[in-house]
Amino acid sequence: MTTDATVKARNAASLGRVRRSAAVDATAVVIILAAAALLYVLFPGSLALFTRMVAIMMLALSLDLVTGFAGIATLGHAALFGAGAYAAGILASKFGFTDPFAMLGVGAVAGALAGIVSSVVILRGRGLGQLVLSIAIVQLAHEAANKLSAWTGGSDGLSGIAPAPIFGLYRFDLWGRTAFILAVALLVVVFVLLRVIIRSPFGMLCRGIKQDPVRVRAMGAPVYGTLVKLYAIAGAVAGLGGALSAVATKVVGLDSLSFTLSAEALVMLVLGGVGKLFGALIGTFVFIWFEHLVAAINPFHWLTIVGVMLIVVVLFEPRGLTGAAEALWTRARGGRR
Amino acid sequence: MQTVLSIAADAVAYGMVLFVISIGLSVTMGLMKVVNLAHGAFAMMGGYIAAFATHQLGVPFGVAIVAAVAGTVLAAIPVERVLYRPIYGAPELTQVLMTIGITFVIIGIANYAMGPSMKTIPLPTILEGPVDIGFRSIAAHKLFAVATGLVVAAAAWLVIERTAFGVKLRASVDNATMAAALGVRTKVVYAVSFAAAVGLAALGGVVGAQLLPIEPYYALRYMVTFLVVVSVGGAGSIPGALLACLLLGAVETTGRYLMPEFGEFFFYLAVIAIVCVFPHGLLGRRG
Repeated sequence: MTTDATVKARNAASLGRVRRSAAVDATAVVIILAAAALLYVLFPGSLALFTRMVAIMMLALSLDLVTGFAGIATLGHAALFGAGAYAAGILASKFGFTDPFAMLGVGAVAGALAGIVSSVVILRGRGLGQLVLSIAIVQLAHEAANKLSAWTGGSDGLSGIAPAPIFGLYRFDLWGRTAFILAVALLVVVFVLLRVIIRSPFGMLCRGIKQDPVRVRAMGAPVYGTLVKLYAIAGAVAGLGGALSAVATKVVGLDSLSFTLSAEALVMLVLGGVGKLFGALIGTFVFIWFEHLVAAINPFHWLTIVGVMLIVVVLFEPRGLTGAAEALWTRARGGRR
Repeated sequence: MQTVLSIAADAVAYGMVLFVISIGLSVTMGLMKVVNLAHGAFAMMGGYIAAFATHQLGVPFGVAIVAAVAGTVLAAIPVERVLYRPIYGAPELTQVLMTIGITFVIIGIANYAMGPSMKTIPLPTILEGPVDIGFRSIAAHKLFAVATGLVVAAAAWLVIERTAFGVKLRASVDNATMAAALGVRTKVVYAVSFAAAVGLAALGGVVGAQLLPIEPYYALRYMVTFLVVVSVGGAGSIPGALLACLLLGAVETTGRYLMPEFGEFFFYLAVIAIVCVFPHGLLGRRG
């Protein structure tokens, strides 16, 4: 028997949860904006680097949806990022549609389509097969982009992208100020949307599938369809990131469609912490910042450091930087949760 | 016809090199269920040791092969103890991350110790010249690679099908817990087969150095190829690995001969097609 009082209490509790997670989201948005403002003021000469960071953050966020929430290990996620980048680039350089929002929109759509196609292929496999399929997809896309050089510029990269001013007012300046502000605005919107999505019943279903797909199917919920949908969303986010990098850097290179970028995105995500969305942001930031510092000295040292970092994370802190920070925070508050 | 035979000869040589390197990976993946991305790094290590032994120490080719295999196995044992043990039975993502990490570190060390340039392993005179095999002449080292592949295949088959160790190995592949309950010391089986797998990788790295040149990014460049061979053939299946190597060697070599501008496009297309149709590999279990 469910009495009126318990229903009321339950409603109040769920309302409290919603309020609390809304507060967390608001805090996160404030932190992102504050960090962006700080970077803007302190490093006005490195805004191009930060814009690139934001674009890669979208890729890491997208990977977190697939890997962190649905448990699909993939080493081919850059295919979605590259699809968005090339779609936006080709739209601008070959068809002359240079409105930045049109480019971003087309990039997101292309990413979503690439996501659906790759999910159909990747979900055919299990375990090792799945991993190999994901690698094969990104390699295939890479070779195809290399071959179709009339459209993609091949190994020279796609150039001649000249985005029009935003709203016809704000030109993309030499210092990358406009691009950076656009990037941060997009990041905030995407981040909040993704937080809403993962809290929705759909997000819960994805997490259920990660834990036990057989049981989810037994309950009558569609597993395959849900994963394809999730992949479409992830693809849109990654494609948006790719389009953003095309808009900001005005070139698209084959490296945006590479196995290396896919593997790096996974490293960033794991470094930050899987399954939390915050981890994708922090991991990407730390990774690219360090890469910028160390790779300038010697790329092989950088590779060694990444390797050691991965081993250390796996052995000692599987939850990544955000997990370590959470543990510290809990301990600082006297071990209570 | 001439072209077809030429392609076939090169494809078999390439496929056999792939086989020597990836057979160990296939067995250990079937046995320990570890997605091991660092396998190529061990092959590269073998190549480097052989290059060092022949150039710096001036030892003959045969001794260099033995040194490469022994050195790589010795180096791999502590790695298995410290870094692989914790990831047995862990989720795939963890295994991928750990073994990619190991690969990166080995690449960094290889570059630091040996420099970024490509290393050659000088062949003995008997393997240097071309050999006439009727319809065309083929480099002797390719024939040597094919012969090595055949010997390795036969030896692996003998060990697994005809020895007491093979029985324990097969039992552990089928059901490790049950095998342990029946008195098989699975840890020993794991360690021995890991060592054997690494040794074979090193052997393949040396024998195939003419086809897959030794340089620091070797481990990353061919990592995918070896994984692909295992997943196409089916983890744990020797005939599957052999079939996959010959098939993929044929696809890759044909593509290079006839449509070099497509690069590895057809190779990956074939991989997607095969894995989609056979999710557990051509001759894998649980199919």
